[in-house]
Amino acid sequence: MSFLPKLFRTTTFRLSVLNLVLFATAAAVAIAYIYWNTSGLIARQLDGVIQAEIQGLAEQYRAGGMARLTKTVAERSQTPGESLYLVTDRNGRYIAGNLTSITPGLWNAVGQIEFVYQRRNGAESQNRLALANVFRLRGGYRLIVGRDIEERRAFERVILSAVLWGLGLMGLIGLGGGLLVSRNLLARIDKVTATSQTIMAGDLSERISVTGADDELDRLSESLNAMLDRIEQLMTGLREVSDNIAHDLKTPLNRLRNRVEDALRAKSGAADYRDVLERTIEEADDLIKTFNALLSIARLEAGTTEAARGQIDLAELVSDTVELYEPLAEESGMKLETRLLQKAHISGDRQLLGQALSNLIDNAIKYGRGQGKAQADPIVIDLKKRGDQFEIAVADRGPGIETRDRKRVLERFVRLETSRSRPGSGLGLSLAAAVARLHGGDIKLANNKPGLRVVITLPASGAADAAET
Amino acid sequence: MHILVIEDEPETAAYLQKALGESGHTADHAGDGETGFAMARDGAYDALIVDRMLPERDGLSVISGLREQDVTTPVLILSALGDVDDRVKGLRAGGDDYLPKPYAFSELLARIEALARRTNPDDTQTRYVVGDLSLDRLKREVTRAGQVIPLQPREFRLLEYLMRHAGQVVTRTMLLERVWDYHFDPQTNVIDVHISRLRGKIDKNFDTPLLHTVRGAGYAIRDDRG
Repeated sequence: MSFLPKLFRTTTFRLSVLNLVLFATAAAVAIAYIYWNTSGLIARQLDGVIQAEIQGLAEQYRAGGMARLTKTVAERSQTPGESLYLVTDRNGRYIAGNLTSITPGLWNAVGQIEFVYQRRNGAESQNRLALANVFRLRGGYRLIVGRDIEERRAFERVILSAVLWGLGLMGLIGLGGGLLVSRNLLARIDKVTATSQTIMAGDLSERISVTGADDELDRLSESLNAMLDRIEQLMTGLREVSDNIAHDLKTPLNRLRNRVEDALRAKSGAADYRDVLERTIEEADDLIKTFNALLSIARLEAGTTEAARGQIDLAELVSDTVELYEPLAEESGMKLETRLLQKAHISGDRQLLGQALSNLIDNAIKYGRGQGKAQADPIVIDLKKRGDQFEIAVADRGPGIETRDRKRVLERFVRLETSRSRPGSGLGLSLAAAVARLHGGDIKLANNKPGLRVVITLPASGAADAAET
Repeated sequence: MHILVIEDEPETAAYLQKALGESGHTADHAGDGETGFAMARDGAYDALIVDRMLPERDGLSVISGLREQDVTTPVLILSALGDVDDRVKGLRAGGDDYLPKPYAFSELLARIEALARRTNPDDTQTRYVVGDLSLDRLKREVTRAGQVIPLQPREFRLLEYLMRHAGQVVTRTMLLERVWDYHFDPQTNVIDVHISRLRGKIDKNFDTPLLHTVRGAGYAIRDDRG
């Protein structure tokens, strides 16, 4: 049974206890203040009454001496009330008054004293508390004037027990309430913990239940669930990608292995071996390239690559890249045409953007050839400014890509040619997309009617001094 | 050439030493950063090959330490990372060239030879001559056998780079880096087409070809008759 200790450790419980202690302290201070004031007032009143009595008796004594005093005391003792009187001679013998028994010590005291006396109530006598002033008079006489303060003591006792009971009840209710609330909260948190443990154990489809109360715990659960959705989505994506990687790297590795094995079995001459080895190196290089491209995409998408950002002119970058590919295009019987802004400054990584652009142009040269035409239509590369964004578009007149496939080709290793006869890893567009996203931009595939139009949008940095040509 | 290889992986180091030896160079080996630093500081090497990740002392720290002590031996950095920013860091530390792993040995050899050659003060040369081909850097003019050959600006830069390294192998990646300032791998071999265009201009109508393809490595411009 570890439930109770666990309950005591909850934040809610600790907070309620703290709250309780603070409240009880405040209440105790308030009650104490009221008590001291009230009992002070009562004490002063009592004192006033006794003083008045003494003054009255003193007047009698001055007017008529001992005899008058004794008479007055005897008279006053007849009236029932809280006042106490006693007159004795020098030997302590009773002369007058309603105080019958006193402790001997009382005689030696002078001034105001508190003492216990016995009051006769019919047959019984009870001990009661009194406050009195003791005077020594001429001739050894003594006078005690006092007042029963049992009432006051009772009052104090009532207040004290009220305070104790009050505080006790408050503590009990506070603790109970705290426990109740904590248990409630703890139960809900335990549920979340249980769910997350199930998820950690491997069941990513599990979700934290939402009570519908729309409180802060529900909001937390909802946000955690949203996070879990995203994680599940990423995990599924990752699994697909690793499946693709396994497939796309295994195939060329197998091919490579078969070729080497074949050469070994054929027992041919050194020249053949050499040829096989050279081709093996070529294939190994292609594999390395694929690996590098994959790593680059992964790093770009994770955002762990610090793009070497600088001010670059997109127009210059586009014309440099076009110039690099121009001879290749011509050799494939195609032409590159550019329509560029004169200046398009953005903050970006020249290498990454150059690579993205060269991938697009490379694709256009490879796949963008119109069919059944003697003279191929040119591939048009244009750079425009639209709003606060630059658009680089590479448009060809080739077969294009079906609408349903357009999103898919941006994924890793997706190649629409099922035969995969032409060289390429199926990573070019994925890399271009990752580069665009890293720069806060995007990549879109559109119909060029006919053909394919790939558009990279990149946010223009600050006040770009772009001018249309 | 006398080359120091600072590399902690014994197999890679042995392979490099052997291959460099077969290419007519002598190579020493240091297995950690501290030893490498001491050897590079005290020995007279023509070039250093430094791995980035090293025990005892990081490769970049070795290089910057050497540069602080005014050791100007050209350095080629090898790295398994291969990011663009990684290359920038390497060059900033004082490296002269950068090669990501895995690499082809022909690439490494071409680069290290180009680096060692760079210490020769021929950067001030205003004219490069190979056989009857000459390139005037000031007039930006190329002539062969007294005949002016018109070239596009980029073709001129391509030829200029090849001729500065005349007799040496220059790889496609080196050309892409030095002539176009692109440090990535284009999917198709675009450089070959540029070279064949240049060849069409400087070699086509002449008896002896000067611009040669070196199989499995790259290109070299040289006069075989000499």
